[in-house]
Amino acid sequence: MSNVPTDLKYTKSHEWVKDNGDGTVTVGVTDHAQELLGDMVFVEVPESGRELSAGEDCAVVESVKAASDVYSPVSGEVVEGNEELADAPETVNSDAYGEGWMFKLKLADSGELGGLMDAAAYEELVASES
Amino acid sequence: MAKTPLYDKHVEMGGKMVDFGGWDMPINYGSQLEEHKQVREDAGMFDVSHMTVVDMKGEQVIAFLQKLLANNVAKITGKPGKALYSCMLNEQGGVIDDLITYYMNDSWFRTVVNAATRDKDIAWIEKQAAAFDVEVIVRDDLAMIAAQGPNARDKALSVLGSECAGAGELTPFFATECGGKFVARTGYTGEDGFEIMLSNDEAPKLWQALSDAGVKPCGLGARDTLRLEAGMNLYGTDMDEEVSPLEAALGWTLSFDEGRDFIGRGPLEALKAEGAKRKMVGLVLTDRGVLRGHQKVVAEGIGEGEITSGSFSPSLGKSIAFARVPAAMGDTCQVEIRGKLLNARVVKFPFVRNGKSCID
Repeated sequence: MSNVPTDLKYTKSHEWVKDNGDGTVTVGVTDHAQELLGDMVFVEVPESGRELSAGEDCAVVESVKAASDVYSPVSGEVVEGNEELADAPETVNSDAYGEGWMFKLKLADSGELGGLMDAAAYEELVASES
Repeated sequence: MAKTPLYDKHVEMGGKMVDFGGWDMPINYGSQLEEHKQVREDAGMFDVSHMTVVDMKGEQVIAFLQKLLANNVAKITGKPGKALYSCMLNEQGGVIDDLITYYMNDSWFRTVVNAATRDKDIAWIEKQAAAFDVEVIVRDDLAMIAAQGPNARDKALSVLGSECAGAGELTPFFATECGGKFVARTGYTGEDGFEIMLSNDEAPKLWQALSDAGVKPCGLGARDTLRLEAGMNLYGTDMDEEVSPLEAALGWTLSFDEGRDFIGRGPLEALKAEGAKRKMVGLVLTDRGVLRGHQKVVAEGIGEGEITSGSFSPSLGKSIAFARVPAAMGDTCQVEIRGKLLNARVVKFPFVRNGKSCID
């Protein structure tokens, strides 16, 4: 069973969102997503300053098996991309919710967070897809 | 979905099962990268029972195979157990399948056909055999296990027992029958090893014994990255009925012997005479990214081509591919990945053989 921390929010496309409490959020892909994709071999994150709309594809994770787009869960400006992942894509497998984070956003509208799933709803989604 | 006799073993050993062309097969047992490494450095095994063994027997079997196959079985005739890699072509010179054929004796050859092409292959072989005194026997009673890696033969021999001691003397691309099994020193990984054909009933026991001897179960995911590194074509991906072997880097398998009228010879000779417009090459991506099948290849001022197979190479730590490109393309090209043109260079394959990089 995948790990689904209760202090995070989730999307249907398997991203997680952490509210940093200072108007920014951190985004990554869930443990379930990394498990489905398998061994990561390439990660591309968005550059700082890029404006993203909710649902926009903005990053890529590629496992030895396949490429998968990562979508921005909310709208905002990228304040940091996790450059460490370029040389260590496997971090997404080993620590999806920690060192495997992908980018940080300055929220355009904090109200958008309310539209995301909580851990219980996400667990239900994962169960329904397996 | 179809299941091989090893299905229960895969589930029991934690195989992640997926639909593989209508077969319920393990894609990996946890980590494709670890399984790849296991085969390059030690010993791993694959269930390839979804492939079909076909025996061809009869007084005219040699003449029949000289017509059916683009390579010439005369090369192996008289050498018991010797294997030959060949394309089986249609009348237009396109590839119906690529297969390995073993010489058993003057009236018996054995071939192994791909899983995805099984039905059309058997129909084609039977149709061509009708004009010869040859019986075609589909061996659905046989399973096949490929034990591959630098230590695979030693570990497999310890399990196969004294009956199969002779298998330890096989030179590459030879096979022998022992203890009711057919053991061939062949494979699809670029490593040493055996492919073992045996009865469906016996297969789970051998799988377990090999596992106990340290030949780790590997999924078809690792098999694909291993064969790509080893520079081996995959049917349906790198070539098919619309593609000539001359445009699939398989010219070396064609045997244009004087007077041998094999199926597809005419169109091949015509293409050879006028010069193939395309060629298949190996690529290494020099920019960051991952090459995948169907990505567009751009050779500036020359034309465009397409990646046929691409992946991250676990052994090299970079991305590699086969691509079909204009014959005039030089040493470098670009590949379009998500709208960006990334740089790649052309290399000779294999990329990796016997655990070692073959590229500069």
